[in-house]
Amino acid sequence: MIETDQLTRCYGNLTAVDALSIRVEPGQVLGLLGPNGAGKSTAMRMIAGFLVPTSGSARVCGHDVSREPLKAKRALGYLPEGAPSYGEMTVREFLQFIIRMRGFKPDAGYRRFEAVVQQLQLEEVLGLCIDTLSKGLRRRVGLAQAILHDPPVLMLDEPTDGLDPNQKHAVRQLIDVMARERTILISTHLLEEVHALCNRVVIIARGKLLADATPAELEARSRYHGAVSFSAPGSGMSQEMLGRLPQVAAIEVDPLDGRITVFPKPGERILEPVETLLREQGLEVSEIQLERGRLDEVFRQITTGNGSAGSVTGGHA
Amino acid sequence: MNPVNAVLRRELRSYFVTPVAYVFLVIFLVLAGILTFYAGDFYERGQADLQPFFTMHPWLYLILVPALTMRMWAEETKGGTLELLLTLPLALWQAMLGKFLAAWLFIGLALVLTFPIWITVNYLGSPDNGVILAGYLGSWLMAGSFIAIGACLSALTRSQVVAFILTALVCVLLILVGQPQVLDFFSGTLPRRLINGVAHLSMLRHFEAISRGVLDVRDLLYFLLSAIGWLLAGVLLLDLKRTR
Repeated sequence: MIETDQLTRCYGNLTAVDALSIRVEPGQVLGLLGPNGAGKSTAMRMIAGFLVPTSGSARVCGHDVSREPLKAKRALGYLPEGAPSYGEMTVREFLQFIIRMRGFKPDAGYRRFEAVVQQLQLEEVLGLCIDTLSKGLRRRVGLAQAILHDPPVLMLDEPTDGLDPNQKHAVRQLIDVMARERTILISTHLLEEVHALCNRVVIIARGKLLADATPAELEARSRYHGAVSFSAPGSGMSQEMLGRLPQVAAIEVDPLDGRITVFPKPGERILEPVETLLREQGLEVSEIQLERGRLDEVFRQITTGNGSAGSVTGGHA
Repeated sequence: MNPVNAVLRRELRSYFVTPVAYVFLVIFLVLAGILTFYAGDFYERGQADLQPFFTMHPWLYLILVPALTMRMWAEETKGGTLELLLTLPLALWQAMLGKFLAAWLFIGLALVLTFPIWITVNYLGSPDNGVILAGYLGSWLMAGSFIAIGACLSALTRSQVVAFILTALVCVLLILVGQPQVLDFFSGTLPRRLINGVAHLSMLRHFEAISRGVLDVRDLLYFLLSAIGWLLAGVLLLDLKRTR
């Protein structure tokens, strides 16, 4: 379990993390989401005991990070941002160093070492210097380091950053498997990851907590939630007809590929009426889709306080 | 003590997988030899002892110890591994102690490797080997103080160059502070008691006392306490960094 209570961290005049209170229970995979510079890493560093909070507190498995740092650190597996490791060591040496630091008995340590190396498919690179590894491999070594002692709480700062799609998939599977009895906190700015991994999402920007919900709840906030989109050549006539349906609020046509999106009025379900209408009109629809909602749009809305979904608000570094 | 041991082993290994260890050992041994025989008039003195050899040690350490310690924390800060190390279950002082012991043992190895000069002097004459042993002990203790200074100042900065220069500066001050020339310079302006007090801070004075073969508790305490003091200061600096 991870709990933070009014966790705050200031750098001079800048408040990087502003009175953040979250609680992650065993079995939960919480995605900490936010634009760059939102305070995700700073918050994690405080929970991991690397930075001292300006005010507020953090607890890992009930151990206050400031008062019982060693107990908290023993319960925690942590992958820092960028997966730092000692470049001049080989993968084997590095993992053995971690085993020693974690105070394993030689036998038990060796068994865990074998298991983790297999889990992260590091067998072939054990003898290589970490400096010579690719970014993806280094990330995997960092992950191996974090899960070596089989911790009840896992905190991963951008675990799939720099991995190729196959490696991302493997890491997500690993997290999925580990998620069952553990408490997992991951930070990310990849929205697909939230879908793939998390059963809860916390969005922060400028250090403040802005949303705390399940991915589905967030999607429901999207303008696109419940909308129906389809591609149909020569559908100019039907647009007008669709607009007359009582459940429909608006219709948009993508200027690039001509895809039509029909938005429902609040609380209305429009898949069936739209389908019926299209069939009656004898229109050939190549493919039709009920939208779940777009996380990226909700994310933008929440983090920039900007309601218009279409506009891309950049420059929020 | 497990984490201390783990840090110690990691540090020592990193000396030897990077060229640091070999460069250090070669330069130390070559310079120690050259300085003893040429600058120290080893033969011309006609005495069977290692006094000229030990006299050179403070000056050797002045250059070589900062080179050994500059990366100790600066590199970890810069490379981000500090975050990894400090989120592992160990106390700050344990990390500091592990790193210090690694460097200190390494200098110990360098000193052991100067054994040919000891064999030479035993071959040429019959020196007092007790005094020589005391010289080695004093030299090693002095190295410990230098390393502690370097460890502390390396924690101060993320730049290895800055760490090197600061360490060398503090070390040269601590060597020179007891020299008669320096003390004479201040004798007109500062009260006598203060000057006497300052003179006691001198590394050289305590080192020379030990290397003459006189093992005074005060000299041993001086090196021990100064090492502990600087290491503690380093731990405090690192801790302060976490709150800034």
